[in-house]
Amino acid sequence: MNPITVLVNGEAQQIPAERKLSEVVDAHTASRSGVAVAVDGEVVPRALWPEHALAEGARIEILTAVQGG
Amino acid sequence: MTEPLKIADRSYDSRLIMGTGGAPSLEILREALITSGTRLTTVAMRRVGTGTRGSILELLTELGIEILPNTAGCLTAGDAVLTARLAREALGNSWVKLEVIADERTLLPDPIELLDAARTLVDDGFTVLPYTNDDPVLARKLEDVGCAAVMPLGSPIGSGLGIRNPHNIELIVEAAGVPVILDAGIGSASDAALAMELGCAGVLLASAVTRAQRPALMAAAMRDAVAAGYASREAGRIPRRRFALASSPSRDESPAF
Repeated sequence: MNPITVLVNGEAQQIPAERKLSEVVDAHTASRSGVAVAVDGEVVPRALWPEHALAEGARIEILTAVQGG
Repeated sequence: MTEPLKIADRSYDSRLIMGTGGAPSLEILREALITSGTRLTTVAMRRVGTGTRGSILELLTELGIEILPNTAGCLTAGDAVLTARLAREALGNSWVKLEVIADERTLLPDPIELLDAARTLVDDGFTVLPYTNDDPVLARKLEDVGCAAVMPLGSPIGSGLGIRNPHNIELIVEAAGVPVILDAGIGSASDAALAMELGCAGVLLASAVTRAQRPALMAAAMRDAVAAGYASREAGRIPRRRFALASSPSRDESPAF
């Protein structure tokens, strides 16, 4: 399979087409605690990350809490 | 002496809600939070790797302070709803300080997007605490859609201009069936005391403390001002008079010199 391009926190990234969301998240952050993920504007619950397949052009947002407000 | 602050099904033994933004370091923030006596504190949601990630949650957990995620920076109802849902997923917390701002220059709430987002989040099971304009009509509508509190601004975020329209805050308090929290614009302790004297149930502030020259000292001042303002309101102030009213007995009982 050809690699696909996805946007991770706004940055284009090439990944193998079979790569699941959990692997993308782990490559991006050292700790999963206090982290949440949306794909194409919808929250993907943590429990579903290992099975969540990604399509070409998927917009992945990985967020955590920071000082603010 | 001070009754606890009750919001939805929770109660807090401090009426000062702190934000964590603007502190020069986590150590300074830590000292200010402890001194303030706050029991509820806001955090923002941002992309990982762009801030001091993780550490703020560890600090608040260590201090036993409840976390109130906000939707700061969101310009549309859709963005705010998604941010609130991400915060719920990340923190396991269905409370949200709802912010939907109209532009970056004033950071004033966009009333139409705010009401829309509030309705959606209440329907989705959130406990919604909206940051709102000092508009009595909007405050009433936010309460009508099921918000657990209303949080009108005193003046723009971070401006330190205090409460520009005390009359509107009083009107909001008089009509509200939910707690009114003065949110944004507090600059000094007298502003916080005034908010409480106007009948607010609490005060939410960040910059006034975190950007003060001595944050912990200002945190102490705000803690005391909120408590003093609350007591002053509860005590029932004397009416204002145009002329003096002697506090000593009348001349009839004076010695005849």
